[in-house]
Amino acid sequence: MSTRTSPLRPRRSPLLTGLMILYLVYTLVPLLWLFLSATKTQGDLLSSPGLWFGHRFALFANIRDTLTYNDGIFLRWLGNTLLYVVVGAGGATLLATAAGYGLAKYKFKGRRAVFAVLLGAVAVPGTALAVPTFLMFSNLGLTNTVWAIIIPSLVSPFGLYLMWVYASDAIPHDLLEAARIDGAGEVRIFFTVALRLLAPGIVTVLLFAVVSTWNNYFLPLIMLSKPNLYPLTVGLTQWSNQATGVGARPIYNLVITGSLLTIVPLVVAFLLLQRFWQSGLTAGSVKQ
Amino acid sequence: MHRDTKGWVFVGPFLAVFALTFLAPIGYAIYLSLFREQAFFGGNVFVGLDNYADVIADSKFWESFLRVLTFLVVQVPVMLILALLAALAIDSARLHGASFFRIVIFLPYAVPGVVAVLMWGFIYGDNFGLAADLNNLLGSTAIKPLSGHWMLPSIANIVTWEFVGYNMLIFYSALRTVPEELYEAAAIDGASALRTVRAVKLPALRGAVVIATIFSIIGSFQLFNEPNILRTLAPNVITTYYTPNMYAYNLSFAGQQFNYSATVAIVMGVITAVIAYVVQLRGSREAL
Repeated sequence: MSTRTSPLRPRRSPLLTGLMILYLVYTLVPLLWLFLSATKTQGDLLSSPGLWFGHRFALFANIRDTLTYNDGIFLRWLGNTLLYVVVGAGGATLLATAAGYGLAKYKFKGRRAVFAVLLGAVAVPGTALAVPTFLMFSNLGLTNTVWAIIIPSLVSPFGLYLMWVYASDAIPHDLLEAARIDGAGEVRIFFTVALRLLAPGIVTVLLFAVVSTWNNYFLPLIMLSKPNLYPLTVGLTQWSNQATGVGARPIYNLVITGSLLTIVPLVVAFLLLQRFWQSGLTAGSVKQ
Repeated sequence: MHRDTKGWVFVGPFLAVFALTFLAPIGYAIYLSLFREQAFFGGNVFVGLDNYADVIADSKFWESFLRVLTFLVVQVPVMLILALLAALAIDSARLHGASFFRIVIFLPYAVPGVVAVLMWGFIYGDNFGLAADLNNLLGSTAIKPLSGHWMLPSIANIVTWEFVGYNMLIFYSALRTVPEELYEAAAIDGASALRTVRAVKLPALRGAVVIATIFSIIGSFQLFNEPNILRTLAPNVITTYYTPNMYAYNLSFAGQQFNYSATVAIVMGVITAVIAYVVQLRGSREAL
């Protein structure tokens, strides 16, 4: 460095900004390609350059076709995904919040054992469990029901970890003691006092649980064989597979437009809620 | 109610679902792995550790294992170093529009893995992908991301694209917890920017790096979505045992070999847990 600047107020660096722009291009080009491709007819997809528009702007026609193809099965998949997300991710957030709070604020017997079991189980790869979980659920008659997706989605060890660290910091013991002296019960204290203080942490956990449920593919792939229970991810790959094999009926434009429609809600949620979830991560998650 | 038991009210519900979706399948998989289906007479017979001996001697298993190990050794460092550099750049205050970079680089994480693979699969393809455009532009046929030699790097590129932003955010959150006084002290000592990174920032990142490494190792050993979806585009390159997870899946769902599949899942789970544990031990002992 040739110029002397204070390390606390360093000068903006065009070189660094330039390098980061390069990375930004890598991040954005596939998304740009997806958007541009969603505006093309199937014919234009094959004949026009990938990073420019086709002859006809067919985005709205594609969206209409995606939503109506096969009696509107896409909307059904969207509805399923929403159900799995609302119940699964919502429930996961509630369970993780309560458990994280319990671990952070109560010194009860068996607390150490809970830690050990959780840590051990988290090290076991989730998908290694998928096949045994399928066999077990199959014996219980739960496969091909919404419960096969919802029940496993209810557990988020990462969410628990996040809430546990967050609750340790965000809720002063004195406040809980004061509430107890006022005669409030433990459950009531949780709902009236703790939840409010935990809000940024809860938004963070909720958002990550929503993403993992919305994006879930492996679990529904093995648990469900009825297309009318599929979430968007499994449905889209089924559409994509239609393009190969015997009797291939490629619907590339619908796969691409469906993909775009699947991304948009999450991107919007992240952008709208970024203040909350970023502060939740920063305040609680990775402190040493 | 004694204080000792109150914590269970909050932790109990989480643990109940956790037991059903983590502990019970693990137990069930261990049970399955000790039996073998009788080909002609039906029913299961107890075979002790025979299935484990078979997995250890199974060349398909080791081929798939070595493949994900290669993937892990190359992809994880590349991804984490990119994430680390991005986090340091964004935290450095030398970047124009740092918060814009932060949110945009994170965005691919909100894209469902399935959509990311479908999208990159199209981009890689000869039909209407960017690979074809690039080949046309260069007048070559050299760029074939879906061919045998390129497939693993192509998959690595998708995973990197998806997760650099996520890891960057974990690292960035850790950097935000560094107290301002440390920077002031470094400045008074006349430390250069690079020296501040080495002496202050990297040590603060250690815990986050260990966590990110462990999650990435688990993720690599679980590799499934990307190869399984790309398989429709390149069925001759991607075998049914391309990764251990695909092997376990196909043993179950295409081969009906549930006992052997459970054994493969357990062996992978144990290997993953051991490696994750070693990384954690080393990470907490050694400086970065």
